[in-house]
Amino acid sequence: MMRFSTLLKHPADWMTGTAEGTGVVLTSRVRLARNLRLEPFPGWATKERRVSVLERVKPEVEALVEMKDGFSQELDGLTSLQKQVLVERHLISREQAARGEGSAAVVNRKQALCLMINEEDHLRMQAIRPGLALSEAYELVSGVDGKLEDSLEFAFDHELGYLSACPTNLGTGMRASAMLHLPGLVLSDQIGQVLQAVGKLQLAVRGFFGEGTESLGNLFQVSNQSTLGESEETIIRRLERVIGQVASHERNARLKLFEDDADMVFDRVGRAYGTLRHAYVIASKEALNLLSLLRLGAELEFFPAEAVRTCDSLLMEIQPAHLQLHSGKKLTPEQRDAIRAEIIRTRLQSLDPPDMNRKQADEEWETPPDTIADL
Amino acid sequence: MECDFCDKKATVFLTQLVEGEMKKMCLCEECAEEKGVTDPTGFSLADSILTGGGAADQGQAVTLPEEGTPCPVCGFTFNKFQQVGRLGCSECYQTFQDDIGRRLKGMHKGTLHVGRVPEGLLEAHARQQRLDQLRGRLEKAIAAEDYEEAAGLRDEIQEIQTSVATQP
Repeated sequence: MMRFSTLLKHPADWMTGTAEGTGVVLTSRVRLARNLRLEPFPGWATKERRVSVLERVKPEVEALVEMKDGFSQELDGLTSLQKQVLVERHLISREQAARGEGSAAVVNRKQALCLMINEEDHLRMQAIRPGLALSEAYELVSGVDGKLEDSLEFAFDHELGYLSACPTNLGTGMRASAMLHLPGLVLSDQIGQVLQAVGKLQLAVRGFFGEGTESLGNLFQVSNQSTLGESEETIIRRLERVIGQVASHERNARLKLFEDDADMVFDRVGRAYGTLRHAYVIASKEALNLLSLLRLGAELEFFPAEAVRTCDSLLMEIQPAHLQLHSGKKLTPEQRDAIRAEIIRTRLQSLDPPDMNRKQADEEWETPPDTIADL
Repeated sequence: MECDFCDKKATVFLTQLVEGEMKKMCLCEECAEEKGVTDPTGFSLADSILTGGGAADQGQAVTLPEEGTPCPVCGFTFNKFQQVGRLGCSECYQTFQDDIGRRLKGMHKGTLHVGRVPEGLLEAHARQQRLDQLRGRLEKAIAAEDYEEAAGLRDEIQEIQTSVATQP
């Protein structure tokens, strides 16, 4: 097992992977919550009990074939900056970053599979895949679950399913989510309507960056709310269907924007390119929003296809903790804005100006579903 | 329109499904804030209605119960659950069964687990769910005074129970 210092230097496969299938949906994620029977949950357990759970669970997790050549780290061995980097990569939760002794994370080589020990629950297992691939992510995490249940006795009730520290995770203990990039729906003011429709289907939608309803970079996360009363497959099927429909609305919104007011689209993308290429000081919010437009431009084929991946990895690299790790010292907000601008300039150096003629007008319209609620 | 909790002008209107019934509530800005309506995660109309709600208990909408019986396994109390929203251990679900059960309605699609079951418990799980189902039908049959049906169900339940008892 390797230390996290190695992991921190390398991006995950789902961040740099192939460009295929990662248009509107950037990533899919499935996590399962499991607890040991009759053992106090981490939030209520004494330090001694937490450590004893860790000693029981960690060797089993590290021994999984899936975790071969992976990374394993107890949280109290990390600096707060290192923890923050892991949070920004979504490998550990904010909640776990706040915990110290008795808490650990084990991540596989490709960073597609991450198991947290003594987070809110004794064990939280998550799988992350690029694009819309919730079933694939579930298969991955469910395989690990099946192996661990042979050696660890998970708390399970015939009525309530898997027992979790918080009743909102009872039943399957599964939270499945996808990250969506929806600039077309935002620019055409349809986003409210679409999100409302999704909300009516008992799915939760929120901005991926930013607090509350604010969404930076036009990134949204859609996930299931209910975990009890439906099977994993049913939940995932519904999510995939709804997300597929949102994605198709997004693609249509982009085409319509382009058809109605191509100059506006050129202008937005061109300005985003100009600013990102030449800014020397840029705040996180502005950077995220401009990168979103650049990404839109790449998907509209104004830039070569690789530009999409560049935008996606920049989204991660310009987060505050990543900037500090990059520069190797503590930064003031002003210094952060300067380094952020520098990283973006360097990464976009070889990106040619947008070629608005690359886009061919022969795109076929998809037949849009009438409404999302109409499933 | 006046606030349901005080006499001020209502500016916040809330409609929610509570146990399959449409419930409406009108609140002034202050009461809305106090009850956490502005925070969509922290408020449930069901809580206000089920705990009496309305103008009568203005100012004491949240009454903290006494410490109550602690969980025999981990010593956690239901009072603590109301403060932190998390339970102490898996056994707490048994200890605070009734209180938790009330809260589960509306939280999830259903109240009975469907989906993955640990391999070692598959058989026991199927049997348990079958027993629960038969007991439910038995209650209904008795209520409907269909004693013939009830007797059949009772025999079937007993049969399942004896088969478990006689297993090696």
